[in-house]
Amino acid sequence: MLACMAHTLWVATRKGLFALRAGTTRRGWRLSGPQFLGHVIHHVVQDPREPRVLLMAAKTGHLGPTVFRSHDRGRSWQEAAQPPAFRKALAGEEAPAVQRVFWLTAGHASQPGTWYAGSSPAGLFRSSDGGNHWEPVAGFNDNPLRPRWAAQGTPDGEFLHSILVDPRDPAHLYIGISIGGVFESVDAGRSWTPMNDGVAADFLPDPTVPFGHDPHCVVQHPARPERLYQQNHCGIYRLDRPQRRWQRIGSAMPKKIGDVGFPIVLHPADPDTAWVVPMDGQTVWPRTSIGGKPAVYRTTNGGASWRRLDRGLPRSQAWFTVLRQAMCADAQARTGLYFGTTAGDVWASSNAGESWRCIARHLPEIYAVSHAA
Amino acid sequence: MSCTIRIASPLRSYTAGAASVAGSGATLSAVLAHLEAHYPGIRFRMIDEQERIRPHMRLFVNASEACELTAAVRDGDTVHVICALSGG
Repeated sequence: MLACMAHTLWVATRKGLFALRAGTTRRGWRLSGPQFLGHVIHHVVQDPREPRVLLMAAKTGHLGPTVFRSHDRGRSWQEAAQPPAFRKALAGEEAPAVQRVFWLTAGHASQPGTWYAGSSPAGLFRSSDGGNHWEPVAGFNDNPLRPRWAAQGTPDGEFLHSILVDPRDPAHLYIGISIGGVFESVDAGRSWTPMNDGVAADFLPDPTVPFGHDPHCVVQHPARPERLYQQNHCGIYRLDRPQRRWQRIGSAMPKKIGDVGFPIVLHPADPDTAWVVPMDGQTVWPRTSIGGKPAVYRTTNGGASWRRLDRGLPRSQAWFTVLRQAMCADAQARTGLYFGTTAGDVWASSNAGESWRCIARHLPEIYAVSHAA
Repeated sequence: MSCTIRIASPLRSYTAGAASVAGSGATLSAVLAHLEAHYPGIRFRMIDEQERIRPHMRLFVNASEACELTAAVRDGDTVHVICALSGG
């Protein structure tokens, strides 16, 4: 039965893993799970090079962080033999320990079995055997500047996320750190350069600093890899390489909405189309739907203008948040969009966001939603 | 030194559901190494890569909490692995 399902949404929650499955019409989504009930699941990612393979970042309230792997589309899972971990510190050194594996990214198409993981506190790890054994990326983790790059962490620690592998070059990587900024490597992670010019950091005493920014989500367009977007704590930005200065495209959002949020999702084929979910970033930062009226905003011109898309979403008194990994798109001609909320609901659109319907309710707090074909 | 290790429920996926397993070692560190050899992966869920007991884990040798892995374990002792968590 499951094998004939064309679409799977993996829903990672604070209390376990769920799946929503539908056929080619993308209607009649059926919920299954939980798997790993009680586990904190931060990310689940399908391997685009080998679609039956999935990796999952997990921990529990008590137990340390780890990675699970599936080779049968999520029917069964095996724990990594060597989960991501920092190297043992020498006497007198900072001695970080991975508190959570927060992000997973499949490696370049030419490097089957290669995966990257990002952690909190900010660490970068690489596996060359399909996620079974993980090694620290010394060029970042042991970089003498790392304590400065990732020095502004929240009480939960800073998060390393948005690990991007350039589809043209496996040695060209980007990472995002909340709080720390966006960093680029052109030598497979051996060295890193901050890349935050033009990005606001209005929470810092010196807003012109080269790093210390708070990118919430950074994405690279697969069909035009020189184009990057980021949803930052301080706005929505676009960067077209080889330029190095981000342009604040969120300035075109309605002033009463602003341009704060967590996720940003790209159209799989059109580099000018992106979706965001604005949240309330005023005063004490509620980070909820603005005014209790959730909406998705879409640009179809690279951020020059944005259009509100809220048909089918609650009209009032809906105070959820959509976290940075909790929104995704499928690759259908009429783009399917999906997001999960901190209130445990999953919303879907099969018409590029024009209208929405709730396809699951009452799940635990949703941390990530990913589409698997 | 032979000991008994009481396994908290969150870790029993590693011990095939067993709440109690046989252990060996003269220190807590040695007991955990022995445990890892028999139940791969279990140690890292309790002890981080810097050899620190994870924040929500507690280890006892008999009735005494052990804050360091150098704690002595004697023949016939019971090592308790306890999980401590609050909130929802």
